[in-house]
Amino acid sequence: MAPSCCQVRVGPDLNGAAEVGSDRWDGRAMPASQVDEFQVIGKRVAKLDAPAKVTGRTVYADDLSMAGLLEGAILRSPHAHARIRSIDVSAAEQLPGVRAVIYAGNVTQRPFGYSHDNLPLKRDKVRFIGDEVAAVAAIDEETAKAALSMIKVDYEVLPAVFDPFEALEETAPVIHDERPDIVGNLSMRWDYDAGDVDEAATRAAVVVEGDYSSPQAAPVPIETHVIVASFDPDGHLTVWSPVHMVFMYRKELADCLGLDWRHITVIQPSVGGSFGGKIDIDSHDFITVLLARHSGRPVRLALSREEEFTGTRTRQPIHFHLRTGADAEGNLLFRDAEVVSDNGAYNAWGSHAMLVAMNTVTSMYRVPNSRVRCSVAYTNKNYGGSVRGFGNPQATFAVEQQMEELADALGMDPMDLRLRNANQSGDVTPQGLEITSCGLSDCLRIVREQSGWDQRRGTMRGRHRGLGAAAFIHVGGGARIYASDGCGAVVKVDDSGEVTLITGASELGQGSETVLAMIVAEEMGIPIDSVRVVNSNTDVKPWDVGVHASRTTFVAGNAARMAAAAARDKLLETASELLETPAGELRVRDGVVEVAADPSRRIELGRVARRRLLREGGGVVMATAFYDPPTHNQDKDYRGNISAAYGFGAHVAEVEVDPGTGMVRLINLWTAHDVGRAINPMSCEGQIEGGAAMGIGLALSEELVIFDGEIVAPNLHDYGMPTAVDVPRTVVNLVETVDPLGPFGAKGVGEAALIPVPAAVANAVADATGVRPREYPMRPWKVKAWIDAGESSHASRRAAEPADKGGGDNG
Amino acid sequence: MRIEIVVNGDRYVKEVMADLSLLDFLREVLGLTGTKWGCLTGDCGACTVLVDGEPVVSCLQLLRQVEGRDVTTIEGVEHSGELDEVQAAFVANGGAQCGFCTPGMIMSTEALLRANRSPSESQIREALSGNLCRCTGYSKIIDAVLQAAAERA
Ligand code: FES
Ligand code: FES
Repeated sequence: MAPSCCQVRVGPDLNGAAEVGSDRWDGRAMPASQVDEFQVIGKRVAKLDAPAKVTGRTVYADDLSMAGLLEGAILRSPHAHARIRSIDVSAAEQLPGVRAVIYAGNVTQRPFGYSHDNLPLKRDKVRFIGDEVAAVAAIDEETAKAALSMIKVDYEVLPAVFDPFEALEETAPVIHDERPDIVGNLSMRWDYDAGDVDEAATRAAVVVEGDYSSPQAAPVPIETHVIVASFDPDGHLTVWSPVHMVFMYRKELADCLGLDWRHITVIQPSVGGSFGGKIDIDSHDFITVLLARHSGRPVRLALSREEEFTGTRTRQPIHFHLRTGADAEGNLLFRDAEVVSDNGAYNAWGSHAMLVAMNTVTSMYRVPNSRVRCSVAYTNKNYGGSVRGFGNPQATFAVEQQMEELADALGMDPMDLRLRNANQSGDVTPQGLEITSCGLSDCLRIVREQSGWDQRRGTMRGRHRGLGAAAFIHVGGGARIYASDGCGAVVKVDDSGEVTLITGASELGQGSETVLAMIVAEEMGIPIDSVRVVNSNTDVKPWDVGVHASRTTFVAGNAARMAAAAARDKLLETASELLETPAGELRVRDGVVEVAADPSRRIELGRVARRRLLREGGGVVMATAFYDPPTHNQDKDYRGNISAAYGFGAHVAEVEVDPGTGMVRLINLWTAHDVGRAINPMSCEGQIEGGAAMGIGLALSEELVIFDGEIVAPNLHDYGMPTAVDVPRTVVNLVETVDPLGPFGAKGVGEAALIPVPAAVANAVADATGVRPREYPMRPWKVKAWIDAGESSHASRRAAEPADKGGGDNG
Repeated sequence: MRIEIVVNGDRYVKEVMADLSLLDFLREVLGLTGTKWGCLTGDCGACTVLVDGEPVVSCLQLLRQVEGRDVTTIEGVEHSGELDEVQAAFVANGGAQCGFCTPGMIMSTEALLRANRSPSESQIREALSGNLCRCTGYSKIIDAVLQAAAERA
């Protein structure tokens, strides 16, 4: 099979690829030849941390060792909803080897989380199976577990509610009765209007309407959460945590536990994957710190795989009732979404998945009128987090299926419908998203051609095969959810000539370290192997919001580039003296400064640094930068340009459906992604291939099956994550639109590839079977039932409008 | 109980609990933390090591069951500080992202290439199907295995 990669712009499988883009390319596109002018950017650079990883030298949290380290363990609620009458820890405390037993009755803690509706150790009530009730630190794991079994908790079991629509009914048990600010279980509302949907509907030639649902799913990094906390004798706290919003983490630790945040250091060991699961602070983080404080010893808390499923954050199920209308020519007129997000027991940032899902409803293709009415419901289940894609796969599943339904109703080809309405560079969407670079049309054309769409779609039903497409829009230039969306960088050059980048950004395995080093190397004219990246310690690194929203390459990349340019200019200033040539006539290549007109006059960069430093009144070369993208927090109506750039892409899936069993086999997946600029094509492909595999899991098999609030089989065997035999090779095309603000034109790509996969697979299943999937994962028994019934049996479900719309928090 | 075992060519004689797993022995007793764990139920393959050349999930293996056998872990793969072909191919092809599955993947690959010098793509997928990777989507891992096989051939 041909390699899945493609270099720049278009895939190798596409004959005559150059023509596809060349005459239709956006004016800002960089001719491919110009890529050769870069020394580092655009090269397939191996990850800098790969040699350590392939030899087992990389140190993850569970590999840390320190004297006196205790093992922590958490007692979790066996009930979905219960009042805690009493907790008795006396027997556990007596067990030899136990150094601390903590519960709400003996710790200082304040509510945390987006709505301040959560406590690390629950005091009055538990609200899902897995909720944290007490914890132990002991000399070893066995002792800790034995102590947990000796803690007596007296519960009064309460009626629970698991279905978000039922939770929003007036008669439902109220999960957060301590919150007088909300009505029932309606924890948040997201209402948005652009234009006049009702008026637009009167002009529509065709309107399609339907329901689309998604499951509760899990991020499933192969490394579970492991946290280590230790207090110095002087009271300074150090936490080793895989979290990737480290500065907010430090503040929230302090706020919740009453600590002085000036005396907290957060160190991020190497992280064994996150996908959003480790993004921000959680009960287990606070608990580890409390155990360290109560025991006076360093404590490690390593969650088991079962706890990872039952007690860490999940992807929230979101139910869309969507209508899309178009005129007879296929111009989109409106989108109208009624949405219920099932966010579980507490409001972590996952309650904000609608923030991103909304962008897709309002701004995927040109849609003049749109309306969103979204209720976020509390339910007695493990709660939602910020899992890769953050609401967007769920929204895209609805929006992109309706594009194909609409096309069919109009008698148009779905690709033509998409191209007719595609976003273009320079568009400002009604929601205020400023689209500065957009390769959507090219992405659509590429996957259309590679998949043989025009010849094959709609022709293979006899063989139970089908093709389906889906595109996406996603933030690719940061996402302003906080007062600052910035990131700091320091570049220093010492006497050795080695260049160190100290960045606020974190490495999670996604390759940001290498990409940032490449940006610095390119900007300074030095080889990649002379750059070291320091990124793991809050005492050392400058502030950053954190890794989320596919923002690191863009935001941290710009900061690194700015600091590198400033450091280079300082070096050139000194080189100019040494070479007796104006700085403007010098250039740096491969670590050597040379006179552009006479390259024989040259001086090695390390020497320049030494000549600047080792003299009276000399100075060290060090430059700092802080980049905050020119974006705005959205206003109360959810308008505003949340990101400085948007990523686009399109996929086509080919499936074969066994009508006897309902088994859906994904045969091919063609993808094209507008990445702005592929700083490291191998890394972009890695993100896309990995994201696509995660999307395939979502589409076909991944789901936390929950009965009466209990996750039935919280293990890797039953969860349904794809193995090497379950995923085909993804064809990857990188489209470069060279974003005006991105570092060297790059945009974020980290989350992108999983977003359109469930929608593309559903469209392919519809093409193969004539039956429209209304929910995923499309597991065999469901698909079989749909085929047998001639339709998917998904009932239309809509929540009643809340009497008091201001009831919940506004997002 | 007293146990004798060879790990990465070194002979160890240790006093251990009878129910100690091979994984805990490697990580906790010998400090060989290159071998990872992701489930402890035999499902993820992160803990894969070789016992007499055969891939074994060390989380489910009691140490006493491998008494006297020859164990190879990720730390034993490189030759005097040089990456072997499999490791080098994982680096060059982007086969390791977060790297947490990587030691197990490499051990399964070493076992595969001992048994089959030029495996097909589907044989590779089959041989690695017990090793979960969440980051890569497997394509670059398969490229790495194909390259390593070609280099060894
Ligand atoms: S830890 Fe052994 S298979 Fe997962
Ligand atoms: S590289 Fe992260 S799990 Fe495989």
